Amino acid sequence: MTDATNSPSTGPMLSADGTPLKKSLQIALRRQKLRALALIAPLLLFVLISFIAPIADMLFRSVENEIVSETIPRTVIALEQWDYEDGNAAAPSDDVYAALYVDLSEAEEFKTHTRLGSRLNYETTGMSSLLRKTGRGIGRMDTDEYTKQFEALDPKWEDPAAWVAMMQSPGVANILPETASAWQSWQRMVTNKNDVLSEEQPEDFIYTMLYRDLIAQPVSAVAAYSGPGAEMLQAADSAVDGFEAISLREQFLDIDKDWADAQIWGTIKAFSSPYTAGYFLSSVDLQQTPAGIEQQPENQQIYMLLFGRTMFMSMVIMGSCILLGYPIAYLLSNLPLRTSNLLLILVLLPFWTSLLVRTSAWKVLLQQQGVINDILVWVGLVADGDRLVMINNQFGTIVAMTHILLPFMILPLYSVMKTIPPTYVRAAKSLGATNWTAFWRVYFPQSVPGIGAGSILVFILSIGYYITPELVGGTTGTFISNRIAYHISSSLNWGLAAALGTILLAVVLLLYWVYDRIVGIDNVSLG
Amino acid sequence: MSKYTKPAVDLVRFVLPLMALAGAVLGFLVGTANGTSLLGTVLGAICGAALAWALSSFIPSKRTGILASTVIFALAGLLIAGPAGIVGGVIVGFVLSWLSYWLSSGSYRAGTPIYATPGQVLWHNTFKFICGAIFFFLIAPILTIIPLSFNAENFFTFTPAMLSFDPEGYSFKHYRDFFTNPDWQQALKNSVQIAPAATLISVSLGTLAAIGLSQPHVPFRRAIMAILISPMIVPLIISAAGMYFFYSRIGLQGTYIGVVLAHAALGIPFVIITVTATLVGFDKSLTRAAANMGANPVTTFFKVQMPLILPGVISGGLFAFITSFDEVVVVLFVGSAGQKTLPWQMFTGLREQISPTILAVATLLVGVSMLLLTTLELLRRRSERLRGMSPG
Repeated sequence: MTDATNSPSTGPMLSADGTPLKKSLQIALRRQKLRALALIAPLLLFVLISFIAPIADMLFRSVENEIVSETIPRTVIALEQWDYEDGNAAAPSDDVYAALYVDLSEAEEFKTHTRLGSRLNYETTGMSSLLRKTGRGIGRMDTDEYTKQFEALDPKWEDPAAWVAMMQSPGVANILPETASAWQSWQRMVTNKNDVLSEEQPEDFIYTMLYRDLIAQPVSAVAAYSGPGAEMLQAADSAVDGFEAISLREQFLDIDKDWADAQIWGTIKAFSSPYTAGYFLSSVDLQQTPAGIEQQPENQQIYMLLFGRTMFMSMVIMGSCILLGYPIAYLLSNLPLRTSNLLLILVLLPFWTSLLVRTSAWKVLLQQQGVINDILVWVGLVADGDRLVMINNQFGTIVAMTHILLPFMILPLYSVMKTIPPTYVRAAKSLGATNWTAFWRVYFPQSVPGIGAGSILVFILSIGYYITPELVGGTTGTFISNRIAYHISSSLNWGLAAALGTILLAVVLLLYWVYDRIVGIDNVSLG
Repeated sequence: MSKYTKPAVDLVRFVLPLMALAGAVLGFLVGTANGTSLLGTVLGAICGAALAWALSSFIPSKRTGILASTVIFALAGLLIAGPAGIVGGVIVGFVLSWLSYWLSSGSYRAGTPIYATPGQVLWHNTFKFICGAIFFFLIAPILTIIPLSFNAENFFTFTPAMLSFDPEGYSFKHYRDFFTNPDWQQALKNSVQIAPAATLISVSLGTLAAIGLSQPHVPFRRAIMAILISPMIVPLIISAAGMYFFYSRIGLQGTYIGVVLAHAALGIPFVIITVTATLVGFDKSLTRAAANMGANPVTTFFKVQMPLILPGVISGGLFAFITSFDEVVVVLFVGSAGQKTLPWQMFTGLREQISPTILAVATLLVGVSMLLLTTLELLRRRSERLRGMSPG
């Protein structure tokens, strides 16, 4: 500052070390910001990796569908030429069957066809068993005829080393495209078995592709080839027209008639892209069929029912929490501080007690041989024969969850009501309002923010609940979260679980946004 | 100035009918239990009215009256139904005599202004009664499991032996089972290994970040806050699903580290919220003064700032600890059988309904939460005292 006063009045103000004050301030400010960020950074990084990344992974899984194009890539490309039409006549051409033959030969080696089967089975039932059956049958097709015919023509076709030499020459991929592509699969299969490529005779599907390539290529193209094995290739090219042809389509139909069904092919085509909306459609009881988006069959429409039930039960729980929480919060906020602190313990003790303890308590109380039924029977209000069914249904879930979530309603309500000055109600009464009017027109409107905050909190918490509905909900009292857990651990349909979770997350975030608008994130208080 | 006197209560037209009604209700319950509801109702009404008359006419001392009638009714209960009847007798005697004094002494009007109409007094007392019932709803389930955990039988309900206070009906066998069964012991061990580790991570990182967040100029403050709070907002089942997918991708699913990381993430929002709240009341000039007197930032932090925000840090830590200690959804998915925690063991026990050892564990956990609640309350008071000393 001394420098600044000494400097000419026209120049910029300077700080102690001679830099302009403005710049010096900026540097200080930036340093402060960097220090704050450096303090936050470790935690931010930790949360990003351990929490945000998993959520992002889940969002990704809900649309990811790479399994089809990874397992049967050639079939997916070949199917691009084909369009779904209803009816069996519209099954695709032999090219598609040839592509599927190579794809499944490789998939069978790596056992990925079963995973593909389970994936497609979510969309069309029967796909899983069809693919398993085909996997078993694909090695026993009649295509060994081709192998035999090539071997009869020239014994060198039996020699793995000759194959390797020929397939490794640069020009061969141009004249034998399908064989070259199948050869890559063969290479992977051999490596997987820990065998040496030059010692294993290729399987039938390589010969089949060779036959298809030689038939398709004009003689001149093959004649132009001059790399290793050119001689035997040209000999084969001239003889191949006389070979006995085997229809791959017939071979597949021999394994299972379903391969003629356009529905099967339509499903494969519909789910061939690496990303799909199929899981989301399933989550709202729709399905993507070859013919377009349709409703699920009546008996499989469960998700809208579950979402509806989750919403409805959360509303009921929220309503009962308001009903039970409002009087308590009112009482607490109108009592002397000492008494209300004492009574607040009665609210905080359940709040702090383990969720499982409270759930087990309700299980003990509500079950048919439980405490409440015992008391009712003892008093004589209920006959011993027909004890009340209060658990494993919606009633049990609602009672237990109301009990568990009630503190989350009372605490925000209490903190709002504490700030309402009692003078307003007194003023209203002195102006002639009845007790009811004073409450309803003066007190209640001021407590509405508390109701809003508590309701949204209870609602958010309740729509994502899993443990309590699982334990006391039976079949009619379960929530959407139970279905998500089922798909993760039992049915292993992770994509559908992720899609259901994404929808639930979207609802929660929307509610949270509303909560933020009403209450503010910073005002979240903990007892 | 005339001294205020309580308005006289009309014994015959007000107290006696009400007491007869209360007696009738209790008599009805006792009567139905014994198979004669009508006789019970009539006898109860007579008893109630007679008791009220006797108490208000002859025994002005409230304490003596209540004690005497409780003893009389307990003896009556013993005569009617044996040892189990004593409890019923004590309850009935106490309720009836207390009610009688409450009505006849006029203390039912306490808390309402002198000018309140009978209707308002009635509503005031009904409201109190409703609140009492709600408190009962909140607390009773938790209290019920405590006696049940001493059940000598493998039942989830009171046995006749328990109701007649037969010592044979009570035992510590479920507690013994908890302390000897290897499954439960393994679960306990896992719980006390996982929760402190997770707490340590969330408290150390969380406190630093909270201090950073409370600086005056933090870019993207709202966005950062939203990210850090998000584990508390996102439903547990979704967190569990996402962590299951992601952790199995990177090989952490089914490992101790995976569970600790997941629990630490869940505990962070609580630490952030409590510590930031404490820092709001923190006087920044204290750190400046310390720096002015030559303390480096580390010394300033540990000698000046830390002791002042310690209550907030500890209560944040307790929140994080209880979050991890009680958590079951995430550990169900992220953990494997090797990371079975107490809540997990309780969850499977409840689902398959194998043994009432769960109730013993639950009772112990209630004890733990009472301990935590007390600690938190003491911390809150200390924090308020400290803040009072340093005007913020």
